[in-house]
Amino acid sequence: MLRFVSTRILRALITILAVLTFAFVVLRMSGDPAQVMLGPDVPQESVDAFRKAWGLDQPLWIQYLAYIKAIFTGDFGVSMRDKASAMQLVIDRIPATLQLTIPALFLKVVIGIPAGVYAALHRQSAVDRGVILAAIFGFTIPSFVMGLLLVLIFSITLGLLPSGGQDTWQHGILPTLTMSIGGIGILARFSRSAMIEVMGQPYIRTASAKGMPWQHVVWRHALPNAAVPIVTIVGFMVGSLIAGAVVVESIFSWPGIGRLLVVSVTNRDLAVVQCILLMIAATMVVSNLIVDLLYGWLDPRLRAQSAH
Amino acid sequence: MVSNLVELRGLKVAFDGVQVLHGIDLDVARGEAIGLVGESGCGKSVTWLAALGLLPGKATVSGSVRVDGQEILGGPRTVLESVRGKRIAMIFQDPSSSLNPVLRVGRQITEALAIHRSLLGDAAKAEALRLLDMVGIPDARRRFDLFPHEFSGGQCQRLMIAMALAGEPDLLVADEPTTALDATIQAQILDLLIELRAETGMATIFISHDLGAVSQVCERACVMYAGRIVEQGTIEALFDNPRHPYTRGLFDAIPRLDGPRERLIPIQGTVPHPRDLPEGCAFSPRCSHAAVDCRRHRPDLDPLADGRLLACHHPVGQQSADTRHNTETRVMETVS
Repeated sequence: MLRFVSTRILRALITILAVLTFAFVVLRMSGDPAQVMLGPDVPQESVDAFRKAWGLDQPLWIQYLAYIKAIFTGDFGVSMRDKASAMQLVIDRIPATLQLTIPALFLKVVIGIPAGVYAALHRQSAVDRGVILAAIFGFTIPSFVMGLLLVLIFSITLGLLPSGGQDTWQHGILPTLTMSIGGIGILARFSRSAMIEVMGQPYIRTASAKGMPWQHVVWRHALPNAAVPIVTIVGFMVGSLIAGAVVVESIFSWPGIGRLLVVSVTNRDLAVVQCILLMIAATMVVSNLIVDLLYGWLDPRLRAQSAH
Repeated sequence: MVSNLVELRGLKVAFDGVQVLHGIDLDVARGEAIGLVGESGCGKSVTWLAALGLLPGKATVSGSVRVDGQEILGGPRTVLESVRGKRIAMIFQDPSSSLNPVLRVGRQITEALAIHRSLLGDAAKAEALRLLDMVGIPDARRRFDLFPHEFSGGQCQRLMIAMALAGEPDLLVADEPTTALDATIQAQILDLLIELRAETGMATIFISHDLGAVSQVCERACVMYAGRIVEQGTIEALFDNPRHPYTRGLFDAIPRLDGPRERLIPIQGTVPHPRDLPEGCAFSPRCSHAAVDCRRHRPDLDPLADGRLLACHHPVGQQSADTRHNTETRVMETVS
């Protein structure tokens, strides 16, 4: 078990390092921060001075080594735009993003999974067809279309909810809905197919043949077996708690990580973008790690495999 | 008169409108052992899955299934649930996948004890250990909390049997319980079934295409073909003197180990698909005795003078003592 966890953690660190390296190289290859920050009409001397001040005149690999070294000492760099600690800028925005993504995750789980399970247990019924149809609508409509659609209906036509900003709790409703609808659809579909698969297994027939009441068969025998694929998807959603809001935050002018990322990429604010990517990678990696550990807990056969 | 334990009357099953079981009539008396034989796809398993309401939702089941005179078909789900496991238990072909992979085996047995005998906690555990001991799981106390994948196929079938015994059923339906196991384990499981029946007095339905195994376990057998019973009688009657050409064909396909090597006589062709059953007798296209009337009118299952039931216009004749002896030898060899 200890070996299992330690290899997973090592692998997680390598993943994060890979993401950082990739982000570092791509950001520096794809545009010049000095030009973007200073504008097109500044004299060459100013550009050179800016580059020298931020270390951009050094060869790429020296910059990279310096960056990695700094990270290991807990220095995540300074924003070129705000001259403040990049990590602090990012951390300040996290609560706003979580205000949307956590309620959205909650909605996905409490609506998506029960809807999918119910549909699977009432296959071919009107409810089942309704769930499939709604799920397909949910996850095929892109969030920017869904967001605008909701704004059109609830803000412009009905005038019930605000279309942007973060002033009251009502402001959070539309972005949360926009973010959750696709996930509800995905979870409903996955739960449905996982449950249908499990309900057709011989051990479910055994449980019924034993005289177990139907609810008992569903709760004790079927659901624990259907949990593995469902947990995989939920784990992915947890991993996207930080990253998942880029489009929606932009539509609804929500001052979270997503909007900070868009602004920082546009400005070539290297340290901030790198910090955000680091956060996103770390959340994803941690949630994957938790999912891996949950697998072993949910399915003893996988536990036996990972022990070897 | 003592009524039968289970009575099937006109049991029919259709999947998506395609009839696969065409009216099965069968009485099971208390304590008796009946074999159901026939090739794959004849409806042996479907008969009992249908009787216990274990078929998937797309199946339409009609007819009557009475347990101690009480109708269980078409009633509320709770009626079926009270019969399953308690009156009629069932074990299946592939024991490894028939046990829930994420639940400890001990719990899979104690939950049945809780439902059927209201045994909880230590009492349930003690009884479960007794059952595990009874079915021959060594070191049961230590292995009580293991998962199914930590047991071999044969042991999984023993666990299934222990689970089936938990409700102290009056009838155990064993659906090809040895097919997925290797030969030595097959023999052990058969012995176990015979032993348990002697000990508990429960009736047994033994579904198999292994005639040798059926003759070992049962007193009576039904030969099924294409969703119907075509011949039914005592093991002696069927083995000594099979009258239906299909029953005869099944015996001819058993290899013999002693004497000169002779070519086996297989039954030509395969079981027809339920969707395009031939007119008349369903076996007629494969039957060497078939005549014109076989292809026009389906023979009914009628009693013969010797007590057996037979559905054939042109049954095969009485066998000579010599060939009868041959068949017996073959069967006994297959068994041993």
